[in-house]
Amino acid sequence: MAGYIVKRFFASILTMFVLITITFFLMHAVPGGPFSPAEERKVPKSVMEKMEEKFGLNEPLSVQYVNYLKSIAQGDLGFSFKQSDVTVNELISRGFPVSAKVGLVAIVVALIVGMLLGITSAIKRGKWADWASMIFATVGISIPNFVITVLMLFLFAVVLKLLPTYGLSSWKHYILPVIGLAFGPIAYIARLMRSSMLEVMRQDYILTARAKGVPEYRVIFKHALKNAIIPIVTYLGPLVAALLTGSFIVERVFSIPGIGRDFVTGISDRDYSVILGLTVFLGLFIIVANFIVDVLYAIIDRRVKIEE
Amino acid sequence: MKLLQVENLKTTFHIDAGQVQAVRGISFHVEKGESIGIVGESGSGKSVSMLSLLKLLPDNATLTADNILFDGAQMVNTSQKAMRKMLGRDIGMIFQDPMTSLNPLFTVGEQIIEPLRIHQKLSKEAARQRAIEILRMVEIPSPEKRLKQYPHEFSGGMRQRVMIAIALSCSPKLLIADEPTTALDVTIQAQILDLMRDLKDKLNVSIVMITHDLGVIANMCNRIIVMYGGTIVEQGTTREIFYKPRHPYTWGLLRSIPQFTEGEKKKLISIPGSPPDLLRPPAGCAFTSRCPYAMKVCEKQPPQSVALSETHQAACWLMHPKAANHMREVIG
Amino acid sequence: MTNMNYAWKGSEGANLRGDREQEWADIPDEDFARLDAGTMQSETISRPSKSYWQDAWSRFRKDPLAMIGLCTIVVIAVAAIVGPLFSAYTYDGQDIANQNQGPSAEHWFGTDKFGRDIFVRALYGAQISLTIGVAAAAINLVIGVIYGGISGYLGGKVDMVMMRIVDIMIGVPELLYIILLMMFLGNTIESILIAMSLTYWIGTARMVRSQVITLKHQEFVLAARATGSSNMRILFKHLIPNSMGPIIVTVTFLVPSAIFTEAFLSFLGIGIQVPMASWGTLVNDAIPTLFTQPYQMLFPALAISITMFALNFIGDGLRDALDPRLKK
Repeated sequence: MAGYIVKRFFASILTMFVLITITFFLMHAVPGGPFSPAEERKVPKSVMEKMEEKFGLNEPLSVQYVNYLKSIAQGDLGFSFKQSDVTVNELISRGFPVSAKVGLVAIVVALIVGMLLGITSAIKRGKWADWASMIFATVGISIPNFVITVLMLFLFAVVLKLLPTYGLSSWKHYILPVIGLAFGPIAYIARLMRSSMLEVMRQDYILTARAKGVPEYRVIFKHALKNAIIPIVTYLGPLVAALLTGSFIVERVFSIPGIGRDFVTGISDRDYSVILGLTVFLGLFIIVANFIVDVLYAIIDRRVKIEE
Repeated sequence: MKLLQVENLKTTFHIDAGQVQAVRGISFHVEKGESIGIVGESGSGKSVSMLSLLKLLPDNATLTADNILFDGAQMVNTSQKAMRKMLGRDIGMIFQDPMTSLNPLFTVGEQIIEPLRIHQKLSKEAARQRAIEILRMVEIPSPEKRLKQYPHEFSGGMRQRVMIAIALSCSPKLLIADEPTTALDVTIQAQILDLMRDLKDKLNVSIVMITHDLGVIANMCNRIIVMYGGTIVEQGTTREIFYKPRHPYTWGLLRSIPQFTEGEKKKLISIPGSPPDLLRPPAGCAFTSRCPYAMKVCEKQPPQSVALSETHQAACWLMHPKAANHMREVIG
Repeated sequence: MTNMNYAWKGSEGANLRGDREQEWADIPDEDFARLDAGTMQSETISRPSKSYWQDAWSRFRKDPLAMIGLCTIVVIAVAAIVGPLFSAYTYDGQDIANQNQGPSAEHWFGTDKFGRDIFVRALYGAQISLTIGVAAAAINLVIGVIYGGISGYLGGKVDMVMMRIVDIMIGVPELLYIILLMMFLGNTIESILIAMSLTYWIGTARMVRSQVITLKHQEFVLAARATGSSNMRILFKHLIPNSMGPIIVTVTFLVPSAIFTEAFLSFLGIGIQVPMASWGTLVNDAIPTLFTQPYQMLFPALAISITMFALNFIGDGLRDALDPRLKK
């Protein structure tokens, strides 16, 4: 187990390094990007001076690259081109807590609802409850998140007017964004949980548990669930990534001042340095999340081997 | 005194293609403190019959029986929930493949302690002490340390010992062992069988041993039941089955035991053909198509069980007086 | 073993009952004639033998959802190709007199703020979405099969290095990188395809690798090797065709996810460029007028959702049809 964790740790560090490198060189190649030659840059003079001071734009590429790595190592993710007095770190410290709050609620909702649907479906295999949850799950994985989100905006802002569709000032404001974020993951988790649960319930050790006289609810929720949950645990990493990209949609549609909205604003303003900084931040965040999930997985399943 | 008495047990699986009649009306009993063997090929219904008694089959299986008496109590209509209370406490079970029969995500200790906590309501510490005692009983060295380990840290033989420990933890009256040695190496097989024999005498538990290998139960069981195609074709004491077998299928099984006599290896004979399709069970004797002595009547009508002694019964048309000339030919 | 007669009368403990005894005795003598091998009924029920693909197709055909999905996709594809030819409108033809018209006989899905016909734009959107879906799946099929096939077949150090690369790549958050690449490459179909080819092949490659590893020790491969076939020939003539079932299932699911990714990018404003429009662009364009002209969003949103449904149904159906483990 320890070997596996060490291996995953180094793979994560390498992934981070690859990610930062790709980001840097892509940004370098963008015409009018943050590192492109002075005459192509349409950025305020004050910004150019800061860039010059920080990375030495007239130095060779390798020097700029090293300077860039250094500044990231110091936790400095750069500043906005469009608003030269705003740094990416400020955007993150303002927006990330907001996004994280909504995201965390969405994770909890997605896991609870998705797993319950999947378990119900597996236990009631072939009955109407199975059909209902699997039809719902197929709807959930088929309808894109932006369609759901925009549909909810229309329904609640124009037709029903039951829930607020703007901002994030009370608990009611959370409902629509959380549904928008969690809808797809719920469907995915439900399908995953169902097939994993059906697979586990066929195993010999479930028969052993029953033959020991363990009551059925305990067979399902203790013996089967702990095994069936492993695919869900490995999905947690991709889930975090899905929620982050989902937040681009949801925060934009429901005007939530989070990091996702900053990212989308950065895209439409072509504010390359903000996108650069946020991509690195979100990328690192996802890699760390993946690593934590790997450790969690190794703790649950002690059999995990290095080859896996 | 009879511990378990089963009369006319039928088990049917309902699948898309129709109804699979896995067990087609079998009757047998188990005396207290006795061990019996149920022998047959895979698909003969030997495991299914035991699992259906214990309500351990999936929902698409239905069971009917005239009588199922366990320790004097009628169990035909016992609910699955009520059955669970008896499982592990009155009836223990061991399965074929020790590599997959233990839950990989719980320690061996947790898995032994669980039935003790459920059935005997022992405190955690008392259950742990008892678990150590049982592991010692099944001859697992340094049980204190082993309790904290996961199944993947055990060898196959050791895991089967753990399974035996779990099955016997609450001192059941009946132990059902479903091919307990099939997945093990030959030397380990012998050790596990020795252990089971010792424990049977020590704990005075009745054993039902399910196997496809007559050799495994020769030294273990008082009586043997031979199953084929969901029916009992012959049953009798171990002596009767080995020395006076009456059913052609039993003859086939006996010939397929590897024999080593005086250092010379005899040719291993298998029974040609495959077991019947129980989705469309044959009208007559299920063994007809593979039986070297088959007669017309065998195809038309199932043979009745005939008593040859108080303990010995067989179901074969060869025992009909009108088939006496064939029988003489066969026996020579 | 001499006296047989006592047996059938049913001494104590026997299961014979009175009526059965009668039945037992009434059997005519000729029934006790021996059956010889020739008269013995054959037990084998002969079924017409079917190839793997015929078998899979007959299973797929019996899956109503999968067939509905297949028909839907065929209808959408035909409409997308043929539809615009019969329409009086073009995807970029503006008509200032007919701005923001609701659905009518002339404009089935209504018009947008420039008076463009949304039905025709949605048909062009279907062309774009389906092209991207199929092309992305095809590209990633090729990359995945080559990468996974080589890694699994050669094994050893090559496999280790190739799999470490996969380990690193799989951690890269793909959507973020697709966005970044799109900003760098510009808003065209080609750049979307390039961006999606960055990471989409990884799932296919891993699957192909594990298939190849299980197959490569089987006898037909040894036989091919014994007859002097080259490595490449063994890999592409023997191993890959034998893993085609699971490969097709994996790749089928790439189609809807590629369509989703394109729509997502277009929705964020970095997908297909105006005046061309994919379904994602159409939904995005409809947001400002969502409260006044909701139909502008409704039709493209429906189109994309129905397509995703159909593709997921096809994928599920193919998985059930091609996965031998589920075979009864």
